[in-house]
Amino acid sequence: MSGTVSLPANVVPVRIRLSRDDVILRIGLFCLITLLAIAVVFPLYTLLSKSLEDIDGKYVGLQNFREYFETPALFSSITNSLTVAISVALIVLVIAFVYGYALTRTRMPLRWLFRGIALIPILAPSLLAAISLIYWFGNQGVLRSWLGESSIYGPIGIIIGSCFWVFPHALMIIVTALSTADARLYEAAEALRTPKWRIFFTVTLPGAKYGILSAGFIVFTLVITDFGVPKVIGGRYNVLATDVYKQVVGQQNFEMGAVVSLILLLPAVLAFIADRWVQRRQIALLSPHAVPFQPKSHPLRDGILFVFCLIVSIILISMLAMAVYASFVTFWPYNLSLSLKNYNFDVMDGGGWEAYFNSIRMAIYCAVFGSGLIFFGSYLVEKARGVTWLRTILHLGSMLPLAVPGLVLGIAYIFFFNHPENPLGFLYGTMGILVICTIVHFYTVSHLTCLTALKQLDPEFEAVSLSLKSPVWRTFGKVTLPVCLPAFLDVASYLFLNAMTTVSAVVFLYSPETMLASVAVLNMDDAGDIAPAAAMALMIVYTSAVFRVLHALLARFINSRTQVWRTR
Amino acid sequence: MPDSNQVYLRIENLTKHFGEFVAVSDLSLEINSGEFICFLGPSGCGKTTLLRAIAGLDPQTAGRINQAGKDISDLPVSERDFGIVFQSYALFPNLTVYQNVAYGLENQRLPRQEIHKRVTDLLELVGLPEQIEKYPAQLSGGQQQRVALSRALATSPGLLLLDEPLSALDARVRSSLRLEIRALHQNLGITTILVTHDQEEALSMADRIVVMDQGRIEQVGTPIEIYSNPASPFVADFIGVMNFIHGEVTSPGLVSIEEKTLKCNTENIPEKSNVRVTVRPEDILCHSELIESPNTLEVKVKSLEFLGSFYRLFISGPTGFEELMADLSIKQVHEQNITPESTLNIELPTNRLLIFPEIS
Repeated sequence: MSGTVSLPANVVPVRIRLSRDDVILRIGLFCLITLLAIAVVFPLYTLLSKSLEDIDGKYVGLQNFREYFETPALFSSITNSLTVAISVALIVLVIAFVYGYALTRTRMPLRWLFRGIALIPILAPSLLAAISLIYWFGNQGVLRSWLGESSIYGPIGIIIGSCFWVFPHALMIIVTALSTADARLYEAAEALRTPKWRIFFTVTLPGAKYGILSAGFIVFTLVITDFGVPKVIGGRYNVLATDVYKQVVGQQNFEMGAVVSLILLLPAVLAFIADRWVQRRQIALLSPHAVPFQPKSHPLRDGILFVFCLIVSIILISMLAMAVYASFVTFWPYNLSLSLKNYNFDVMDGGGWEAYFNSIRMAIYCAVFGSGLIFFGSYLVEKARGVTWLRTILHLGSMLPLAVPGLVLGIAYIFFFNHPENPLGFLYGTMGILVICTIVHFYTVSHLTCLTALKQLDPEFEAVSLSLKSPVWRTFGKVTLPVCLPAFLDVASYLFLNAMTTVSAVVFLYSPETMLASVAVLNMDDAGDIAPAAAMALMIVYTSAVFRVLHALLARFINSRTQVWRTR
Repeated sequence: MPDSNQVYLRIENLTKHFGEFVAVSDLSLEINSGEFICFLGPSGCGKTTLLRAIAGLDPQTAGRINQAGKDISDLPVSERDFGIVFQSYALFPNLTVYQNVAYGLENQRLPRQEIHKRVTDLLELVGLPEQIEKYPAQLSGGQQQRVALSRALATSPGLLLLDEPLSALDARVRSSLRLEIRALHQNLGITTILVTHDQEEALSMADRIVVMDQGRIEQVGTPIEIYSNPASPFVADFIGVMNFIHGEVTSPGLVSIEEKTLKCNTENIPEKSNVRVTVRPEDILCHSELIESPNTLEVKVKSLEFLGSFYRLFISGPTGFEELMADLSIKQVHEQNITPESTLNIELPTNRLLIFPEIS
């Protein structure tokens, strides 16, 4: 083997005997890798092979792909998708950067409020933005005249709607990048009498560069793989995500669905790789000795930015507010009196209140089982001793889901779990498959959150515990988990919120018994019941908001009980 | 007290590879029962690797380790008998001082009262009886390291491993803790290995020092042996401050340096070979008037550095002696009125000169 020094022939290499802990951890690693293989790798493989088959399951090579590129109606979606995703990425980056700059680098008043308002879209499914836009600018919309000749049904609507729901995702990354500023750099620049604009371009911007790039990739991926917004407001403007849905659900052409989803996978994977590359650079920028930056007050700058944030906030709120108003209006636009008629889901198609309660059940399962599983997985990746190759495989497996759009995952699950020979086929159409799919879909971000928390622990804790003859599970329960509890709760909360709002993966997997609220929104909108769709989307928002508050209270309670040691 | 001449830890032909890098190379060492040993060397010399191999944390690639008459070479960490203290303290942040120290005892399922007694005794021993209910973050660095030490000692291990335990502390705390650890060792008689890159720490604490470089042992000996009789130019240079002068052995007992000839002990070194003559700055004598001795030189003072209890003179003499350092007491510097540009007569005493053959 190259790259290693070999021992002289007469020397026997030492092999350490495995302790019981080592055996337990190895079994854990093995189980998790198997789980991820079943839940991610095998379905994706089935998807790939499906794209190379005809309707009868015969291997036809690239025939389906050829057909795809020879059909202009399908082919044009690629340009459409790219146009929309790149436009949204550019618009959102500019707005989120200015907004994030105002939040982190100024003494503008009400920063905490602006921060909170910016997070509103996270509580809602992406569909909500599109529904709200219909009420503002649709054919019977309040501000229809503002658009003149053009229509909201098409690229304009998709772009505005997407900007709304991806805004907090971009903002959070940029805020993080801007908050890690090192005050000493600014002091040095000022001591050298550097003009303010030059400090901005030579210190501020380079420091946030990787954060901005990373946010750009995330936004691009979110938009290109989202299908809620284009489905509701896209009109006849086809994008890749809606094509997948149409091929599979509309035309039952599974093979073509597989082809389109693989094409959708490509930009997502590229953006994923680029993002990982950028993230790796970002870490190197942080010095452990950095002194936190304390912004100084600057009335003119702060005032201008205040107005900017105010306008953005008003737009964000008005999107939500219009949906709230419309959901209470009895019959838009003819009877504007307020009533609860639209919340009477049981008399409408789309799953009724049961769908809502299914969603809550699913979100709880995801939060409980998902966070436990993911934390254990990241613990094994970070803390298991030896067997580097197994840990690397588990880590790569944990990173993979981020590159797979929800729609693609959903289709892959159909092919894999619905296959007549799959012994796991009993899961198909159950709550179980929805929970598994959702956990997998949001696995990577949770995994990284846990990993970050675990990396902050002293790497010698395990060594000390071993020297004190402490079994691995005891240190895990007494030290590792309690210290990481805040991150653990964040993950549970993240999984709950996303399980409530997600549409893309589950839209292929629900059955009449496991209808979900977010899917109900889609179906009611499809059936023309836009107001009830808004009402159901708002039920998700209300629930998510209540959950957020509960999480904050619980976190505060637990912090006061168990995290005393954090304060000096 | 354990028998001090009994070998407690025997390391035989230990080798550790990290891919292409050989961190420890075919190293053998014996440590006696109750000894305080320091592994000393520059960073990357393999001292921490050796310690972690003894603990089983990073097992050796090849070689045997025998502890208390038992071959532990392939035992997992949890079946070995040692306590360990790290530079980062590695105290469990969510447990109180008491809970930290009791952690290992609880694994042994001892009765409550016994644990309580042992913990309070230990904390008394390290001088922290009042801090029992505090969390690590509420303690100073020195206090945290004392807690870490108590935790490592709580289960009465046969071997105490200290991995640069003082490096994160400031100078004053470091020197007081140095004395305390030394006293604790004397008190408990536990075989102890300390890894450090700080020679002062090693010289002041160790019974024996193991000087390492590039994965090999350069010298093993008591602090005084190592300092006054370094076995190699590396040890001479690494421990303390040393002047190096290049020359050639012309005849037994004589080394010529350009136009000058020095008298020194050339035992075991053949004639005509190139050598390095070494002398410690504090061994250089400075005379106010010229004296008749073969090893005197006339030198010029380039600069003086005040180092608190003495002056270090940077001096320059004839060819071959351009860069020398000599340490003089403050009194002597004032009495002889030495300033930059002064001219001095210095003597390199024959019995303080060590010579090493030049490696070609």
